[in-house]
Amino acid sequence: MFAVFMQVIKRELITAFRRKSDILNPLWFFIIVITLFPLGIGPEPNLLLRIAPGVIWVAALLSALLSMERLFRDDFLDGSLEQLMLTNTPLGVIVTAKVVAHWLLTGVPILLVSPLLAVFLSLDANTFTATFITLLLGTPVLSFVGAIGVALTVGLRKGGVLLSLLILPLFIPVLIFATSAIDAASFGVSYAGPVAILGAMLAASVTLSPFAIAASLRVSLS
Amino acid sequence: MWKWLHPYAKPEKSYNLAGKMLPWFALFSAISLTIGMVWGFVFAPADYQQGDSFRIIYLHVPAASLSMGAYLSMAIAAFIGLVWQLKMADMAVAAIAPIGAVFTAIALFTGAVWGKPMWGAWWVWDARLTSELILLFLYLGVIAIYGAFSDKLLAGRAAGILALVGVINLPVIHYSVEWWNTLHQKATISKFDKPSMDTDMLWPLLINLLGFGLLFGTLTLMRFRNELITRESHRPWVKKLFIEDK
Repeated sequence: MFAVFMQVIKRELITAFRRKSDILNPLWFFIIVITLFPLGIGPEPNLLLRIAPGVIWVAALLSALLSMERLFRDDFLDGSLEQLMLTNTPLGVIVTAKVVAHWLLTGVPILLVSPLLAVFLSLDANTFTATFITLLLGTPVLSFVGAIGVALTVGLRKGGVLLSLLILPLFIPVLIFATSAIDAASFGVSYAGPVAILGAMLAASVTLSPFAIAASLRVSLS
Repeated sequence: MWKWLHPYAKPEKSYNLAGKMLPWFALFSAISLTIGMVWGFVFAPADYQQGDSFRIIYLHVPAASLSMGAYLSMAIAAFIGLVWQLKMADMAVAAIAPIGAVFTAIALFTGAVWGKPMWGAWWVWDARLTSELILLFLYLGVIAIYGAFSDKLLAGRAAGILALVGVINLPVIHYSVEWWNTLHQKATISKFDKPSMDTDMLWPLLINLLGFGLLFGTLTLMRFRNELITRESHRPWVKKLFIEDK
């Protein structure tokens, strides 16, 4: 089972690296959205520091949304999703592998460019650490929860807007706890509480959402 | 237990059962809503602090509690539909979602109207208001996905999965919003201390709650019957039903 898990991840990574724009475009989007805020609001460092948590996380949510569709769409169109469902490995394992691969391709790049954000939004070291930790714990939750929405809408012709309507409300807890952790860090107080809850959300979404994703895929493909 | 429940998995049976229950629900909801509304809006004493404007409570509280109750019942129906693969349960999900959304909208609207004289603002980012708003978004999501599938059998199942995912998220959202509110709160709302309710005010409220619950039942039964008839319209028993009626 683990071999299949690794195999699916490897396959996802290979197909993604053959078309690099799929990975890079959401990342550009993320950086551009964050650039727009200082331009719109003004370059004053205190103000930027104050709005930084919200800006970073809203941009992360939106870019996650952009990249979400490719999770199942291409495999659905060329029929390989059906082949994956026909294997004797439980569907939950396969979708978990796909989601993990998706996070490696979309979440990790955001983590890698996050030092750039610290410079853009004039974050201090402590706030940046908090931002990094929340992104590390929060972006996998986005991938797992978002995958449910993608699995439900993959068979529909105009699933794009619908997808955002379905999953953005479900992202709200992540947004709240991540931004409050960053906020707490910027005031110099302990941010262990919200980070612990983010970790709990990650644990819950990793364990529960594969079942929902698998059930949704069965609906979409029947 | 399952033996007497089983026949109702047949569309015809449950259509007839819903039809038999419908007039009773309608009658009792009409009676209790009339009593509750007249009592609440005309005879109940005015509040010593809020005057007559507190009377909107008789619409607001039942709508708000029903908005959550409806979501819960929708999720229960979705669970039954998913586990025991009952078509009827999926239809119930589809029937409940718009009603719940309307109750949520009523609760939000009356809350805003009430908030204007009391808090001085139509909208404050209070924890309960915010989670009610998110509840509305969740309802709209269920309605949207049900509308998006052309095959209504699949649509019902997809909506059911979404309703279940939502019901797991609902407590998380609720508590996170509450926490967010206490963390971020800048302007302290001059929230009135809720006076412990006088029985003269409480009774009409309870009657209204019952009336709204029964109204919810009535509307659900009506929509459920419609849903069932539309989906089964090619079946002989439906044709017979309507030809004989004429």
